Amino acid sequence: MHNASIKEFTKDFIFPKKGTTVLTIALVIGFLMTVVGYFVGGIDGHRFWANILLNGFLIIGLSLGAGFFVAVHLIAESGWQTSVQRIGEAIASRIWLGALMIIPIILGVHSLYHWSHTEELDALLKMKEPYLNLPFFVIRMFVYLAGWIFLLGKIRQVSLMTDTNPDIKLFYRLRTYSALFVVFFAITSSTASWDWLMSIDAHWFSTLYGWYTFVGIFVNSIAVIIIFLVVLQKMGYMEHVNNEHMHDLGKYLFGFSIFWAYLWISQYLLIWYANIPEETTYFVTRIKGFETLFYVNLIVCFLAPFFGLMSRGNKRKSDWLLYVSIVVFMGHWIDTYLAIMPGAVGAEHAHIGLFEIGMTVMYVSVFTWFVFKALTKARLVPENHPFYKESFDYENIK
Amino acid sequence: MKSNKYITGLFWDDTELIKAIKELQDKGIAIFDVRTPFPVHGLDDVLKLKRSRLPRLGFVAGAIGGILAFWFQSWVFTTSWPLNFGGKPFFSVPSFIPVTFEMTVLFAAISLVVGFLIKSGLGPGAENIIFDERTTDDAFLIVVKITDTSQSDKIFEVLTSVGASEVKHVEPIKTDTHA
Repeated sequence: MHNASIKEFTKDFIFPKKGTTVLTIALVIGFLMTVVGYFVGGIDGHRFWANILLNGFLIIGLSLGAGFFVAVHLIAESGWQTSVQRIGEAIASRIWLGALMIIPIILGVHSLYHWSHTEELDALLKMKEPYLNLPFFVIRMFVYLAGWIFLLGKIRQVSLMTDTNPDIKLFYRLRTYSALFVVFFAITSSTASWDWLMSIDAHWFSTLYGWYTFVGIFVNSIAVIIIFLVVLQKMGYMEHVNNEHMHDLGKYLFGFSIFWAYLWISQYLLIWYANIPEETTYFVTRIKGFETLFYVNLIVCFLAPFFGLMSRGNKRKSDWLLYVSIVVFMGHWIDTYLAIMPGAVGAEHAHIGLFEIGMTVMYVSVFTWFVFKALTKARLVPENHPFYKESFDYENIK
Repeated sequence: MKSNKYITGLFWDDTELIKAIKELQDKGIAIFDVRTPFPVHGLDDVLKLKRSRLPRLGFVAGAIGGILAFWFQSWVFTTSWPLNFGGKPFFSVPSFIPVTFEMTVLFAAISLVVGFLIKSGLGPGAENIIFDERTTDDAFLIVVKITDTSQSDKIFEVLTSVGASEVKHVEPIKTDTHA
């Protein structure tokens, strides 16, 4: 029944010249804002490197979350995801771009992490030195990046091979690489968040931090997958993705936003209850000096998607889903900002100015361009996938 | 066993069932009910069933539960019986969150279960009408209610012509008499 219509939407994606122009203009505007912001705002080393870390982490997180999304669905053999798999793949396969954006923080280690000042370590940091030292930090970073780039690259490579070769063995191999990635990512997502974010406040620690950061990454990626999907539809592609698939992506965004809030409150509540100074310092520095953002963060990351996507009808409207996804994306920008700035810059110097906004516009426009380019390199749907037909014959229960 | 109340047509395949329903509707025969062993995709659309309003009940009940829990805790810990827990203020929102959350879930869940049972006429002591026992295993059944006995022969014929493997006049079995 669907076969006739399938042929139509398998047309290849051609990224219009206009898209490149728009993104180039965004890049130039972002660059100008960054430069003007740098000189007008009197940006010091701390704030400069904190922004490099913020945007680098944000972009690499998008690739990782999208890769996790694809991998989990390939392992679980879910049917509906096949229809949007190529978007997740395209974002995940640009992991090297995120890697290039996060690697520079090695140069700014001394501005970001006070554990790197080896001559002035106190007793606590001395104890942590076997883990928190510069050589091991760099080694770990390259291990993570190598593993991610290899496994996500393999997933992409094998998936592209299926376009010309419908051998079922390729799909088994895809599943194997996905499983390896999920296991590797389960460990490295935690350790990477300790290394890059939690060690900014080197005296403080939370056992929930890795999970909390992971969920932030994942929700953000789902939001970005939705944004790409709706934009592609507005360009006249991906017509095969119907309300049912939108509904599922909406459920994803809704559910994991709640999970994010759940982990947020779990971390906050225990620290608040115990009221031990060495633990509460994390939240005290965030509530004092970042008070507005602290609460705005909860509103845009939790309340907005919670009430915005609660009803079934809202989850099925692609325009509405697009707006909520943009809000969630901005929310997780603030979330990452709050994770980095209070420790790395301090309340006196940190604020969101031209520099911060310009840099994010720059990074996001570059990333977007590369993802669109990745989308042009493959069919928009993996046509030989065993669940190809199933993903279109799919519907939600009323 | 011959009665003039219902005529049923038995099917062994859900796609055939949906095709048959469409044909019956085209011929202007009103379908009383369709019995299936599992939820059939697309059946609701074909039968033009309205979407359940249960989610709204869930929302309202959940909101009531949440507000009630939050209000109750604030009243207890500030007015009725203030206790000092580790020097925290009496009105401590974070400590109210878990209970508020749980009560929201509890109210929503219970109201949905009870609401569903009431709306569907299920629950302890309810009489369930069974037209054909095989629908509880692997068969699909279209049930047509006869309001005008002169039509019954025509309906019988049409059901046969759309591919039902068995067409019968049925007096439904009630569970309590059967058990």
